[in-house]
This record gives sequence, structure tokens and C-alpha cells, in this order.
Amino acid sequence: MSTDHHNSPPKGLMRWVLTTNHKDIGSMYLWLSLIMFLVGGLMAMVIRAELFEPGLQIVDPNFYNQMITMHGLIMVFGAVMPAFTGLANWMLPLMIGAPDMALPRMNNWSFWILPFAFLMLTSTLFMSGGGPNFGWTAYAPLSSTYAPPSTTFFIFAIHMMGISSIMGAINVIATIINMRAPGMTLMKMPLFSWTWLITAYLLLAVMPVLAGAMTMLLMDIHFGTSFFNAGGGGDPVLYQHVFWFFGHPEVYIIILPAFGVISTIIPAFSRKPLFGYSSMVYALASIAFLSFIVWAHHMFTVGMPLVGELFFMYATMVIAVPTGVKVFNWVATMFRGSLTFETPMLFSIAFVVLFTIGGLSGLMLAIAPADFQYHDTYFVVAHFHYVLVPGSVFAIFAATYYWLPKWTGHMYDEALAKVHFWFTFVGINLTFFPMHFLGLAGMPRRIPDYNLQFADFNLIASVGGFLFGITQLLFVFIIIKCIKTGKKAPDSPWEGANGLEWTVPSPAPYHTFSTPPVVK
Amino acid sequence: MITYIKTMVLTASITLISFLSPQSFAAFEVNMPQGVTAISQEIYHLHMLIFWTCVVIGLLVFSVMFWSIFFHRKSRGYKPAQFHENTLVEIIWTAIPFLILIAMAFPATKTLLSIYNTDDADIDIKIIGYQWKWKYEYLDEKVSFFSHLATSPQEMYGAREKNPNYLLDVDEPLVLPIGKKVRFLVTAGDVIHSWWVPEFALKRDAIPGFINEAWVRIDKPGTYRGQCAELCGKDHGFMPIVVEAKTEEDYQKWLTQKKIETEQIAKLNSLHRTKEELMAHGEKVYQQVCAVCHELNGRGQPPMYPSLVKTSLTQKIDCIADHINIVLNGIDNTAMQPFAHQLQDAELSAVITYERNAWGNNTGDLIQAKDIFYFKQTGLYNDQEPLGTCRSKGVTK
Repeated sequence: MSTDHHNSPPKGLMRWVLTTNHKDIGSMYLWLSLIMFLVGGLMAMVIRAELFEPGLQIVDPNFYNQMITMHGLIMVFGAVMPAFTGLANWMLPLMIGAPDMALPRMNNWSFWILPFAFLMLTSTLFMSGGGPNFGWTAYAPLSSTYAPPSTTFFIFAIHMMGISSIMGAINVIATIINMRAPGMTLMKMPLFSWTWLITAYLLLAVMPVLAGAMTMLLMDIHFGTSFFNAGGGGDPVLYQHVFWFFGHPEVYIIILPAFGVISTIIPAFSRKPLFGYSSMVYALASIAFLSFIVWAHHMFTVGMPLVGELFFMYATMVIAVPTGVKVFNWVATMFRGSLTFETPMLFSIAFVVLFTIGGLSGLMLAIAPADFQYHDTYFVVAHFHYVLVPGSVFAIFAATYYWLPKWTGHMYDEALAKVHFWFTFVGINLTFFPMHFLGLAGMPRRIPDYNLQFADFNLIASVGGFLFGITQLLFVFIIIKCIKTGKKAPDSPWEGANGLEWTVPSPAPYHTFSTPPVVK
Repeated sequence: MITYIKTMVLTASITLISFLSPQSFAAFEVNMPQGVTAISQEIYHLHMLIFWTCVVIGLLVFSVMFWSIFFHRKSRGYKPAQFHENTLVEIIWTAIPFLILIAMAFPATKTLLSIYNTDDADIDIKIIGYQWKWKYEYLDEKVSFFSHLATSPQEMYGAREKNPNYLLDVDEPLVLPIGKKVRFLVTAGDVIHSWWVPEFALKRDAIPGFINEAWVRIDKPGTYRGQCAELCGKDHGFMPIVVEAKTEEDYQKWLTQKKIETEQIAKLNSLHRTKEELMAHGEKVYQQVCAVCHELNGRGQPPMYPSLVKTSLTQKIDCIADHINIVLNGIDNTAMQPFAHQLQDAELSAVITYERNAWGNNTGDLIQAKDIFYFKQTGLYNDQEPLGTCRSKGVTK
């Protein structure tokens, strides 16, 4: 067998179907994520169009419920999670000096499950009775006894996504533990690897729990069990406990890799080392631990006993401490640096500001008595979009711009990228900031129509939402332009950037680090 | 670049302001209501305390950050320092937030304790959430009624101007006396709902199989509005809550009146009624109770909500017992609820008669209240047993 066969990828469609190369698989994850981001975004546009003014105009309430459900599922499982898995695939081997992921064939499989899972999930919209219409949280018995027939497909799709995530997580752990370059101890790893190592353990711990909840739903629907059916001696609240035992670590699964990205980019454009590397690692570990013991703060109004309520309130408040440590560290890294504001840095700075706002409203939500007013209102919608959109999604934008030169060998158009940033920044704040006011004034979430007192802020939010939505087409354009006609990128295009990924040529060759680099 | 963006933002805001609808009433409300109970005021102050704490923390963090952004930039020729790791600083910024949190935990715990103290109530009211209406049962008074949305579809679809209480009006509000400790026992008959009135800062999930407790002592007479706060299906946005708080004297007057009305409905149970009477009464009940799923035209939204028009269930004479059975007992594992205990016999008989004669079904079958009573005792309509095979097409699960 000739050696060139290994140096360049085979041609044609089968390259992508059969590939075991971490860069190919990483790219496929990122493209899938971009497509799902646009699909989920389109659903958000339907939601904002219906809420543009009071009254029922565009869709009927049942379809509206399908939109909010699918928007949530697609954004969480289809846009954000695959984006971070794509980044992990592309960057972890490059950052730790490994030739590939540890388990390349499994890597291929964990990606190729996903497109079919999402095809199955979105196909439910065209089934008789419509798609899932009970919110992404799928609370029983609305999602069992009272659900449309397509719910079975929803359950199988979630199972497939879960299998994919678990395999991805095993791969990340195996890679980071076994394949670091000689001399790279755990405490010398780039922080992005740390965040992914911890995220992977979270995934391993909680994806099976979600699978359990989904399987119980399936049994209630088809096999006559009554896990969540009070009429048969079951307990609807049990579903919520099991779901949120998955659901709360899940929110850290989709924010920890973002922390890793930001902790890489801020030092690079501040030309100054990260302020507290080891305290960042300890903060990550404490956040991961705490994420397992706070799940019932999503359920303050279900009527838990007083001690339960108090425990979950205190535990939730404590999360503010390690999260604060992270924010202070980023600010201290910028302090007395030598800052420049290329697009990755702009998104990272916006991340710190807006994620902090989302974190502070999270602290407000932790106060159980006040949560009786906030719970299930637009205040909550504002809170989690502030941590997810300018949080996770901004980190993904930042990472894309930061590593695009390495992926494509071309520079992106900096001026257009800045336009993308500013329009996104304005759009997002216009969309989600007024939602705080709506929630405090008493607008419940997940309603297709509302009283006139909520009209003005909803109109502003819709206009902001459309601005944000359209701007993302520009993002797609910038990426395509970069691939097709971007200027040739140097091996290390960013003055302050450190890390092994910048020691290989741009674009990164099909195989890198066949001989491991030595880290001192 | 920057000036360009500034102009853009300015133009956008001006366009936006000119767009703002003139029909808004309490527009631009930005904060939580203080409410009309001692608890709601406590929660309001707790909310403001944590809010201002967050604002101060946010401003401190952001000001350091913006200081760096403005002064420590490369374009000003600023040379980067290379410091990192400082144990003292790190201990300080871990300890201070921790102390702030402890300080916050005290008032929060105190308020939570009073919310959970449901002892010594003067009045007990059971609240039951159904898709998509609330039922209120005054446990010591033998008064109970349903409360449905009272906003017309014309307003929703823009055929008529929306009134200020658009989507926040009900046919029968919950009436409570002021100054009394009212205990609510909250539960649900189908899926999970949540009973929320912002002015009372009271939100409790209504969960089938559970009875959750909550309480309120209202200070001021008035009308207070809220909505269901837990996604409960298609019409989750259309099951508002209205509470009328009255003085003790007015409350007693209302209660007496309500008891008389209840007796009058009970009287209908012993009457033999003509087709016209049954149809008129049946149409009213159908619109209030059944139309949310089966639609005003009877065609429903199959397969979730099957059609009732010209199906064997609503047309065949052998299926009358099945029809009564399904309305009274519901269908397991579907959205069809049992109505035997939600409606009076007179209402059940009228609505079944209506379903068998409306929309071209024209069977001429008349069901009387005594037929329902007999069915409840024996499971038979005259001597017909439910076959179990007469289902409206599309009831599949």
C-alpha cells in the first residue's frame, strides 16, 4: 500500500461517508450545526412573527407549540452541542499534539447518527397530528397520555442523539487521557481541553438519565406502564426530577466548552497569559460538581417540601461563586493587557458582558420566593437566552472566526465579520432584553397570544429577532467567501495566540502530528 | 464604521418608536407588581434587593473591563503586563461573593417560611386545573363552578377591537373575601397546570395526583388577573385566572346568590325537557366545554381531537350508550376527559342531545337528565349496553 494514499483524502462523496479523519468529521459536525442553527432559527422567526402583535395571525396555537418545542430541541441538540463536538474534533488533537481522535471509527459513527436523528425529528412536523407540542422539556403527562402520535419518533430521535453524544464523550475522554504530547501534563493542557474533558464526563453521567426518562415515556405511551400517570399510581413530578437531573448538567454541557473558547481567545488578543489557570480549572470542576445537586431549582413551584426548597435554593446560590471566579479571571486577564479587537475578541468581550448579565439574572432566579414570580415567565426566557445565545452561540462564533484561518487556510473578511458582530449584538439585545420586563410584568412563557399591555416590548423583541435572524445569513456568506476567495492565511495569523495548533501549516494538513511534538 | 453604526441604531430606534401600537394600555411596565398581600410585598422587596445587588456587582465588573478596553489597548501603544496568579486576590474574590450570598439567604429563607405556613386558614378552596379551564370548589360551602376564558374569537382573529382585558377575562371569577386567610388546595384533572396571580405573588403547579397547598390574605378589594403558567397543551395561553376580592359583607351576599343558582341547576335534573330546550342548553354547554377540542363546527382536529360530525358514534342508534359512556367516563390514554363529575346530569344530557342533532347529525335522539342518572347507576341506556366499538373515526392511540 502506497503511503500517499494516506496523505491526501480520497475524492467524492464516499470520502465523507467513510472518513475517520478528525478534521473531516469536525467539519461535518460544524456544517450540520450551522444548518440546524438556521433551521432552528427559522422556527424562532415563526415564533417572533406570531408574537409581533397581539391576536392570532400566522399560525394556530397547536402549531405554535410545535414550533417552540422544535426550536428548543434543535438549538440545544442540533446547533450548540454538535458545534462544540465539531470544535472538539477539529481542535483537541491539534491542541494536545495528537495525530487524531483516539477512536476514529466510532467517531465516524457518532457523527453519522446525527443527520438521521434530526431528519426523523423534523419529519414529525409532517405527520398526522403534528410534531411534538409539549415544549423541549416534554413534561408528562402532556408528553405521554396527551401527546400526538409522532411522540414515539421524538423519543427515538432523542435516543439517537444521546447515543451519539455518549460516543463522542468517550472519544474525547480517551483522546485527552491517552494521546497528549509527551510533556503535556494535565495542568499544562490548553483550557479548552479541560473544559471538554469535564463536559465529556458530564455527558457520560447524564445522557443515560435522559434516555431513562425518554424510555419511561415510551413505556407509558405504548406498554401500559404508569411511571408518570397518576391515574395508574404513577408520579408526574418524577418525570421532572429525572429530566432535570439530566437537564441541569446539560446546561453546563453547552456552556463549559464555551468557557474554554473564551479562555483561549481573551489571552490571545490581550497579549497576556490567562490570569489564573489553576483557579479556572478548579472553578470548572466545582461548577460540574454543583451542577448535579441543583436540578430542582427548575421546579420551585411543584410543591416540594420546605427543606427541599431550601436545599436547592442554597446550592444554586453557591454556583455563583465559581462562576464569578471565571468572570473575574477573564476581566483580570484583560486588565493591563495590550488589547486589539478583531472579531473573535469582539464576540468574546460581548460573551463576558452578556453572559454575566445572564448569570446575574440566574442568581435572581435562585432566590426561591422571588422565583415564584419569575418561574415560567418571559424573565426565564430572557435569562436562558442570555446565557445560551450571547453565551454558547457567541463563543461558537468567536471560535469560528479564530480558527477559520487554520481550517481553511484563508482569512475571513474582517470588515464584514465586524458588521456581523455589531448587527448580531444589537439584534440580540433588542430581542432578549425587553423579555426581562415582559416576564416581570407578568407574561407567561409558551403562549401564542397575549394581553395588550405586553404589545410594545413584544414588538421590539420581534424586530430585534428578525434583525438577528437575517444577520446570520451574512455569517454563512462570510464563511463561504473565506473558503472560496479569502486571502492566504499565515500559519499563525494572530499575534498573541499560543498553542500547538498554530505550529502546523494553514490550512492544517490532512494528517498532523504523526510524530508527537515535545512540550516542555 | 462607528458613526455608521450609530446612525443605523438611531434610525432603527426611531422607526421602532413610530411603530409602537397606539392601542397599548399599561405599556412599558418594566417591573414586578408590588401586589396586594404581605407576602407579595416581601417578595417584591427581596426581588429589588437582589436586583440592586446584581446591578452593583455588574457595574463593578464591567467598569474594570471597560477601563481595560479604553486604556489598555494596543492602538494606544499600551505594553502588556505579564502578571498572573495571585492567591490573595483569588481568595478575596471567592470570599466576598460568598458573604453576599449568605446575606441574601437570610431574608429569602424567612419569606419562604411564611409562604409555606398554610396553617389556620379561614376558608379552604380547591382549585382544579383542566384543559383549558379552572374549577373552584368552596369546600365548606357546597359551591363549585368552572371558570372559562370569556374573550371572543373575533377579538383574537382581529375582527373586533381588543378590549383592555383581552385574554384576561373569565365568565365566572373566583370570589374571595379580603382580610381572611384563604388556603388553596391545588390539583389538576388531566395534565400539569400552574395557578398564578402576580398581584398575590402566588404560583403553584396544579399536578394530577397531587394536592399542593398555598395561601393568600388579600389586603385590598379589587379584581386581580393572572394566567396559567405551565404549558398544558393547545390552549395554554387561553385559560386566565380572575379573582374578585370583596369585603366580607359583599362576599357573603355573593355566596348566598351562588347557592341559589346551584339549586336552580340541580332542579333541571328532575325535568323532562323538549328538544328545543335541550338543544339550546346543549349548545351553551358545548361551546363552553367541548368546543375547545372538538371545535364549534364539531369537526375537531383529528387525530388528536376526532370529529363528531356524521360518525357512527353520534349517528347510530345502537351507539347512544357508548356516546353517553365516553362523555361521562372519557377514554383512557387520550385527551378525552371524564365529564361525569365536571357537569350536572342536566348539562350532560343536553350536550349529548346537542351532539346527536347538530351539524347535520339530525338523529332526533333526545337524552334526558334521568337517562344520565340511570346510566350512572346501571351502566345502561334504557337496556342498551355500551358496545365499545362505536368510536368516532380517528380515535387512535
